[in-house]
Amino acid sequence: MTRFVLTRLAQSAVVLLGVTLVVFLLLQLVPGDPVRVALGTRFDQETYDALRERAGLNRPLPIQYLDYVGSALVGDLGVSFRSGEPVTQIVIERLPATAALALFAVVFALLVAFPLGLISAVKNGSPVDHATRVFSQFGVSVPDFWMGIMGIIVFAGMLGWLPPSGYTSFGEDPWEWFLHLLMPSVTVGLVTAAILTRFIRSSVLEAMSQDYVRTAEGKGLMPRRVVTRHVLRNALIPVVTVAAVQLASLLGGVIVIEVLFAWPGLGRLTYDAVQARDYPVLQGAVLLVAALFLLVNLLVDVLYAKLDPRISVT
Amino acid sequence: MSSHDLGPTAAETDHSHGEPLPADRNRVWTALRSNIPAAVGMVILAVLVVVGVLGDLIAPYGVNEVNVDQMLQAPTWSHPFGTDELGRDVLSRVMVAARVSLMVGAVSVGLALLAGVTLGLVAGYYGGIVDNVLMRCMDVLFAFPVLLLAVAIVAVLGPGLVTAMVAIGVVYAPIFARVTRASVLSVREQVFVQAAVSVGASDGRIMRRHVLPNIAAPLIVQTSLSLAFAILSEAALSFLGLGIQPPKPSWGRMLYDGRGFVQDAWWLGLFPGLAIFVTVLAFNVVGDALRDVLDPRQLSQDEARRAS
Repeated sequence: MTRFVLTRLAQSAVVLLGVTLVVFLLLQLVPGDPVRVALGTRFDQETYDALRERAGLNRPLPIQYLDYVGSALVGDLGVSFRSGEPVTQIVIERLPATAALALFAVVFALLVAFPLGLISAVKNGSPVDHATRVFSQFGVSVPDFWMGIMGIIVFAGMLGWLPPSGYTSFGEDPWEWFLHLLMPSVTVGLVTAAILTRFIRSSVLEAMSQDYVRTAEGKGLMPRRVVTRHVLRNALIPVVTVAAVQLASLLGGVIVIEVLFAWPGLGRLTYDAVQARDYPVLQGAVLLVAALFLLVNLLVDVLYAKLDPRISVT
Repeated sequence: MSSHDLGPTAAETDHSHGEPLPADRNRVWTALRSNIPAAVGMVILAVLVVVGVLGDLIAPYGVNEVNVDQMLQAPTWSHPFGTDELGRDVLSRVMVAARVSLMVGAVSVGLALLAGVTLGLVAGYYGGIVDNVLMRCMDVLFAFPVLLLAVAIVAVLGPGLVTAMVAIGVVYAPIFARVTRASVLSVREQVFVQAAVSVGASDGRIMRRHVLPNIAAPLIVQTSLSLAFAILSEAALSFLGLGIQPPKPSWGRMLYDGRGFVQDAWWLGLFPGLAIFVTVLAFNVVGDALRDVLDPRQLSQDEARRAS
C-alpha cells in the first residue's frame, strides 16, 4: 500500500513537472514579444522594461524555466501584465465561485444520476431504462451553453423566476447567491448527470452479472437485499471515482458557462485573460486547474486502493 | 455514409489471417440498419453532409444579406427560423454554418487520429522506455481540461479556423494514442505477428500490414465519438469568439452574438443550438451503435448479460 502510494505520488510529480513545462512554453510560443503585445496601446518604455524584468524574459530559456518552477513551488506565479497584481492572489480569489459552481453541479448530478442509473440497470430493458438511456444520450450531446441560453430564455425571460446572469457573494446575501448559482450549476449538472447515469447503469449491470450475485439469489435472498448488500457495494466504488474526476474537471472546465452567466470564477478569469492577452494570469489559471486535477486524481486513486486491496497489489 | 466506410479493414483480416474477427462488413452494416436510432443518425448525418456541401447554393438567402427593415423578426413562412439583429435570415446562416462545423470536426479529428495513432502504435509496439516517455507526455496533456487546453492554444496562436482545428486536434490526440496503444498491446502477442517477425518483416511493415488492420475496430468507434466531441468543442470555442471568425457564419458564434437578444428573440437562441445538438447527437448515436457491433470487449459484456 505504501509502495503504491509512493509510486503514484512520484508519477503525479513527473506529470506535474510536464504540466509546468507546457504552461511555461505557452508564453514562449506567443508570436512576437508577449509583453509588447499585452501592453498594446498602453505601451511605455518604463512599464515595458519593468514587466520584462519581473517576468524574467531577459534571461536564457532554461534559467527562465527553472526560475518559473522554483517560484511556482513557493506560490509565486508572477504578476499580471494588466494590473501588476500577483497572479497567485488573482487566481485564488476566483477559486470559491468556481468551487461552489462545481460542487453544486456534481451534487445535483449525483441526485439525478444515482436513482436513474440504478433503476435503469435493475429494470434493464424496461420503458424506464429506455427513457433513461435517451436522457443520458441527449445529455452528453447537448451543448451546455445552449441549454444555459434556453434556461435564460425560459426562467429569466418568460417566467422571470431567476436572474439571467451575474453573481452575489454569499456573505452579502445568501438567498441571492443561491438564486444566481441555480441556473449555471443545474445547467452544468445536467450534462454531468447524463455522464454519471450512463456510468452507474453499466457499473451496476456489470456487478449484477457476477457469480456472487447469482449465489445470493440462489440462496434465496430477497432481490432488494441482493441489490443493497451485494450489487451496490461493488458497483459504487468506480462510481465514486468517476464522480470525483468529474468534479475535478468541472473545477477548470466550465469556461463557457461562466462566461455565459457572468460567473466570476476561474473559467471567466481564463477567458478575460485571453481577451486581454494577460499571459501570466492565463498561465497561472491553467497551472492551478491542472494541478487541482492531478491532486484529485491522486487522492481518488489512493482512496480507491484503500477500498479495494486488489489494486495496490497489482 | 456507405457500407464501404465501415470496417473494411476488419473484414480483410478475416481472409489474410483467419483470426477471430471483431466484426465483418456485412454484420456491421446489417446491425446498423436494424438499429433504428443509428439508422436515423446516419440519415441525419447524410442530410448534414449534403447541406454542408451545397450550403450557399440551396440556402434561401445570402448569409450576410443584411436587411435592417426585417431585423429580429419571429419565424414566418418567408423566414422559418426568423431573422437576427441585422435582419439576416437565420435558416440560411444555420445551413451554411453546417459546412464549417463538419469541416472543423473532420480535419481536427483527422489530425488527432493521425498523431494519436502514430504515437500509440510506436509506444505499444516498441514498449519499454519509448512507451514510458510517450505515455507520460500523453498524461501531461490529459491533466488539462479539454476546453481549457484548446483555449490556451488558441490564446497563443491567435483565433481562427486553422488554429481551432489544430487546437482541437491536439486536445483529442492523447485519447487516440491511449486507445491505439491498448489495442496494440493485445495484438502484438498474437501468433500472426510473431510469424511476421520470424520471416523477417520490418517493423514498419508489421505495423502497417498486421497490427493496424487489427486495431481498426476501436479506432473507428473512437473516431465517430470524437467527431461529436470535436464539433461540440468547435461550437464552444466559436461561442467564446476564439473559433470561426465573422463574416463566416458558425453555430457557436451565432449563439454568442444572439445571446444579448434572446430574451426577446428566442429563435436566435433556439435554432443554432438545435443544429449543434442534432449533429452531435447523430455522431454519438452512430458511434454507440458502432461500438456495440465492433468493440469485442463491449460485445463480451453484452453476451455476459444475455447469458445471466
